[in-house]
Amino acid sequence: MAAIVRRTYHKRDKDTGSEPEGIQTDMSNLRPTGEATPRTDPLVPGADIPNADIPGADIRAGRLRRAPENFLTADDVRLVGKGRRDFLRASFLAAVAAGSAAAPGSLATAAAATGDGVGDPNILNPTPWGSSLGLPVAANPYGQPSKHERGLVRRQSPGLTQVPAASVSFAPLQGLFGIITPSGLHFERHHQGWQDIDPTRHRLMVNGARPDFVKTPKVYTMDDIMRLPPVSRMHFIECGANTGMEWGNVAVPTVQYTHGMLSCSEFTGVPLRTLLEDCGADLKAAKFVLAEGGDGSSMTRTIPIELVLSGEVMVAYGQNGEMLRPENGYPLRLVVPGVQGVSWVKWLRRIEVGDRPYATKDEAVHYIDLMPDGQHRQYSSIQECKSVITSPSGGQTLLDKGFFTISGLAWSGRGAVRRVDVSTDGGINWTQATLQTPVLSKCLTRFTLPWNWDGRPALLQSRATDETGFVQPAYGQLRAVRGTRSIYHNNAIQTWQVAESGDVNNVQIL
Amino acid sequence: MSRSCKAALLGIVLFGWAAPALADGFANVGRPATPAEIKTWDIDVGPDFAGLPKGSGTVSRGMEIWEEKCASCHGTFGESNSVFNPLVGGTTAEDIKTGHVAALKRTDFPARTTFMKVATVSTLYDYIRRAMPWNAPKSLSDDDVYAVLAYLLNLAEIVPDDFTLTDATIRDVQQRMPNRDGMTTAHALWPGPDLPGMLAKPDTANAACMTGCKPKAELASQLPDHARGAHGNIAEQNRLIGPVRGQRTGPDTAAAELPSPALALAEQSGCLSCHAVDTRVVGPSYSEIAARYRGKNSADALVSKVKAGGEGAWGAVPMPPQDDLSIDDAKTLVAWILSGAPQK
Ligand code: HEC
Ligand code: HEC
Repeated sequence: MAAIVRRTYHKRDKDTGSEPEGIQTDMSNLRPTGEATPRTDPLVPGADIPNADIPGADIRAGRLRRAPENFLTADDVRLVGKGRRDFLRASFLAAVAAGSAAAPGSLATAAAATGDGVGDPNILNPTPWGSSLGLPVAANPYGQPSKHERGLVRRQSPGLTQVPAASVSFAPLQGLFGIITPSGLHFERHHQGWQDIDPTRHRLMVNGARPDFVKTPKVYTMDDIMRLPPVSRMHFIECGANTGMEWGNVAVPTVQYTHGMLSCSEFTGVPLRTLLEDCGADLKAAKFVLAEGGDGSSMTRTIPIELVLSGEVMVAYGQNGEMLRPENGYPLRLVVPGVQGVSWVKWLRRIEVGDRPYATKDEAVHYIDLMPDGQHRQYSSIQECKSVITSPSGGQTLLDKGFFTISGLAWSGRGAVRRVDVSTDGGINWTQATLQTPVLSKCLTRFTLPWNWDGRPALLQSRATDETGFVQPAYGQLRAVRGTRSIYHNNAIQTWQVAESGDVNNVQIL
Repeated sequence: MSRSCKAALLGIVLFGWAAPALADGFANVGRPATPAEIKTWDIDVGPDFAGLPKGSGTVSRGMEIWEEKCASCHGTFGESNSVFNPLVGGTTAEDIKTGHVAALKRTDFPARTTFMKVATVSTLYDYIRRAMPWNAPKSLSDDDVYAVLAYLLNLAEIVPDDFTLTDATIRDVQQRMPNRDGMTTAHALWPGPDLPGMLAKPDTANAACMTGCKPKAELASQLPDHARGAHGNIAEQNRLIGPVRGQRTGPDTAAAELPSPALALAEQSGCLSCHAVDTRVVGPSYSEIAARYRGKNSADALVSKVKAGGEGAWGAVPMPPQDDLSIDDAKTLVAWILSGAPQK
């Protein structure tokens, strides 16, 4: 364990470009107890260290505690603000060392510093927002998140794909709460760019592969579809390639990139079955339907009729109370609960009723899972039971020892999540987590577990079980049957390693 | 119970799905599709070649089309990696005999090209016709699709140089596809019953052990050093509040996006409680002000007005005097307003 921690610090020194003078690379065990790794505010440089020049204020808002900043000169503080965490840490250690040599003096200084702050300046002094008039209504006709939240956005993984119009952007799971993905943060996967289709010119056609499969092939406008009795349901959508970069080994740093091809929305639309019946489809002869998009790629995917007959598959126009976002298929997309995202055809223009699978490009060249014997699994569609801890997660640092809530997401393409267990020792012992309501079929479920971190290294894992009794596999189990080159359907248990420094890193345990 | 019966029952139980109650259905919703409409949109070609249009194309004609319309992205020989994965390569004459691409068993084989994977030639016809060229999809005639596919098949050494691909010969080609027997449906990931060899049970079977599940937890893999900073500064991809922060793994980019100092000054001086950039609040919007005084030499007059306050220029509501505002700050603010009040 220590070796890994050390490596982490070596790397950070490299990142900041130089080795701070006199700093030791393995400082994690030297870190004084109870002190958090100081954090700067990277989004507001200049204001990097809130309260930095206010004596007695800790880096964490609202705390009145001696802070490492008290040991630094104004210039030092500026350096730290530019990202020199190591420097701060070194200075702090130096100060502690000096303090133990001449304890009374330095304690006195610190005490004085704390003493002349009678409290938190954010309370004692007027705030700009508490002493001025705010903005008028409709200043943002379509409301925007706070500017302080601008770090939480969809992001690409550099080098994953060659061109951005056939690529992926990942949802920032590390900062999301509950189970609903805000529509603007829904992950994106496009094969031929995205379009903002004129809804008045959009059409949906339903026809048969053979004339006898559909009595009256029909064309529906959006007016037609939105007149039909609607249903609204919450479902997760996960790309079949989610976590695909990690099949062989750890490759990416944060949960945004390991698991961010995952989103969950309330979708509103019409069960596809309603439309098939309206056209007089032969639901006995039908075994499959083909769904086709209206964009340049005219994406096609085969859907089994069972999911249509059960009423689950939906032709959706609504997402989280408003129309679908263009990136998510405006004005119409297919919703295929439990099945990988590629089947949720966006910009849906046609449904064909047929009696055999179609072997379309994205089910004959891609979205096929390579097995160790050189065969590809074709028509692999269900997203099996899976979970991941989103906080704390890779790339984050815990503020300090003490109380935390481990929180994450669990889901299954075969139904509802029945339970989630969490381990803090890499899978030796497990504790059952609490499932937040609602717990819905083929929908994300939020789990939580209270945790008192004692400052020692930990290995966090979550393991979900669904209503069929299926238990999420460990990496070793998954690789034993599927090898490491499958790309798709990686639902292995994720491990986050917590170092003594509080840094959380992506690791794998078999 | 029949399959559809069961499914329907399930539907009622799980989703409250029920047949529409109205006897005459959904009157006036949707209309019959015309034959011409169906012909235009129903362009899918299945693995049994249902839907394949009549037509033909030679390898040499295909080469012309390829060079004009495809090579820029896929390379002259379909080998390019710059826009997408290579289309051609990695298959052998032996594979054409066996129907299995041997290189797929090798963990050291660098790439997986399209021809190494695809089992059905219909897939390529269907896909090129609907989606390629990528930037001008559906622009090829049916014959052009035959020709360009013939060329690709020739590059993959499946058909000879003098080959003509037609709706008839494509069936023979299917028998020579290098990975034609490379697919299996022996898995439990299909949500229906109708694929050959499907498995009823998932292929992994973990157990929910709770205590002492293994002697120790060994790390099999960790983030490689080079990957730590490969996704930008993670500190900027996390929230500024809460129980955790992001690790700093790269330079701050936010510095470049600092809000304009004049904007901060306007905020501090309380101007923004009455003015917004684009909308009228108590006073006129800054863009209105900028528009009215554009090209006029009014900066000094405005500085005085801001300091002294006044009314009548925009309406009956007065602007209060700004006693605490220094002349310099007033000048900065007026210059900023007249330049359109940029946010950055
Ligand atoms: C502007 C660049 C561009 C041009 C021009 C272009 N392609 Fe493509 N092609 C792509 C991209 C990008 C993809 C992958 C699309 C995706 O991700 O679904 C692709 C995919 C393909 C595929 C599927 C390969 C696979 O493994 O999925 C075939 C076959 C293909 N192109 C053939 C052609 C032919 C034939 C032409 C000329 C008529 C052509 N392309 C012109 C960019 C291009
Ligand atoms: C209490 C509300 C209020 C505040 C605070 C305020 N203004 Fe105004 N401002 C107004 C009103 C009302 C007018 C229109 C006056 C008029 O019609 O002549 C105005 C007009 C102006 C004009 C245009 C003057 C002209 O003659 O066309 C400028 C420039 C301006 N304000 C700048 C500022 C600046 C800079 C600040 C901050 C230092 C500020 N205002 C603060 C209400 C306010």
